[in-house]
Amino acid sequence: MGLAKRIIPCLDVDNGRVVKGVQFLDIRDAGDPVEVAKRYNEQGADEITFLDITASSDDRETTVHMVEAIASQVFIPLTVGGGIRTCEDIRRMLNAGADKVGINTAAVFNPEFVREAAQRFGSQCIVVAIDAKKVSDKGEPDKWEIFTHGGRKPTGLDAVEWAKKMVAYGAGEILLTSMDRDGTKNGFDLGLTRAISEAVHVPVIASGGVGNLDHLVDGVIEGKADAVLAASIFHFAEYSIQEAKERMMAAGIEMRMS
Amino acid sequence: MTNVKSDRKNVVKKSVVVVIDYGMGNLHSVAKALEHVADEHTEVVVTSDPQIIDSADRVLLPGVGAIRDCIGEMHRTGLVPSIRKAMEEKPFLAICVGIQSLMSHSEENDGVACLDHFKGNALFFGSQHKDHDGSKLKVPHMGWNQVKQTIKHPLWENIPDQARFYFVHSFYVVPENKDEIAGTCDYGLEFCVALARDNVFAVQFHPEKSHKDGLQLYKNFLNWDGKPSL
Repeated sequence: MGLAKRIIPCLDVDNGRVVKGVQFLDIRDAGDPVEVAKRYNEQGADEITFLDITASSDDRETTVHMVEAIASQVFIPLTVGGGIRTCEDIRRMLNAGADKVGINTAAVFNPEFVREAAQRFGSQCIVVAIDAKKVSDKGEPDKWEIFTHGGRKPTGLDAVEWAKKMVAYGAGEILLTSMDRDGTKNGFDLGLTRAISEAVHVPVIASGGVGNLDHLVDGVIEGKADAVLAASIFHFAEYSIQEAKERMMAAGIEMRMS
Repeated sequence: MTNVKSDRKNVVKKSVVVVIDYGMGNLHSVAKALEHVADEHTEVVVTSDPQIIDSADRVLLPGVGAIRDCIGEMHRTGLVPSIRKAMEEKPFLAICVGIQSLMSHSEENDGVACLDHFKGNALFFGSQHKDHDGSKLKVPHMGWNQVKQTIKHPLWENIPDQARFYFVHSFYVVPENKDEIAGTCDYGLEFCVALARDNVFAVQFHPEKSHKDGLQLYKNFLNWDGKPSL
């Protein structure tokens, strides 16, 4: 009895289309984010996250329309991340129907932006995305650093300290991605997830590395994550959201079953 | 969603549900969810026009952000008399910060006097909030939690007891009159998430983000005659 842990499918969207090859058998237009979002919604997803990887700002308009279309049909929380750099970007996404926005690189280069955004729109809609990599050697105490540019550029910022700072600045939630694990299917970096989750009082979403359902269970039980985010295991229909929830329930995790 | 200013003739025929726009954030989701469950005789109107609020058949008071800004904007836009009038005479639903704004007082933002429709306060969970077993609980209370229906009410119709709704909040309401509590939730403590008195119903969660049970609550609101019993 109590608050359920959340399962959040993530869609990478480029110019209004889902990329990374979504392959639902019964969806003809597999790249249509609205169709994919509806499908996840029917399967019992607790939230949906969109990562806008569109390169040009012209194409952002497409993302705004896409968010509008989804928010008119899917009545669960939506988070939009990628390319959020100004309060105007946030305002547009919220007006289009997003419930939360993810701020990543802009927070690293201008932490005050997080404070300004939280003051203006409320912490409840400000998710700070943190991309971290392990920088300690074997035998040393664990240490993770913030990286930008898809994990290529180090910043010198300690991940745990950075997370605390972002919460102090008004982040209402942390989306934590291990750049060591992202795309590996080897599971979350549980040490990183736990270190951040225990250091802050706001919810932490674990991301990066999910290859099977046990990884989701581990993220909550060992990583102390409040929510788990995954893309490919759901996109390629290896597992349904419902199956993931059943596995987590069986492991004793509180879930919302529809 | 229609922003009605010049088109008053069309409004008269239909049953009008007003979503009060007092400048606090995005009302898209609320309006879309109401439209999703509305029949062809119901019109959803997002407005800050007191005359339209006064002539509406039912009124929804949303709320997002910080309480000082919410109450401040209600006063600044001159909508408080219309809100009070609606609460006296027609089916009225408040959501999220909306429920907190109906209390006497909130301890958010160093203390804010609210509309005092329900006697009682909005309190902070605290940044050291603990579960019953002493383990740390995250604040805000964010996600899907079970709602215990403590009374029978038309707005709970066709919604299972203990159904999960979506919450995002750090403050919770404590009414003085426990008979006004319509639903509770457990997060380290059992707290009030729904209040009901006469034609007014208020919830802490977001029905428009709570999938089918949330949509059912909106549907119930659109069918509600404002009487507190079934």
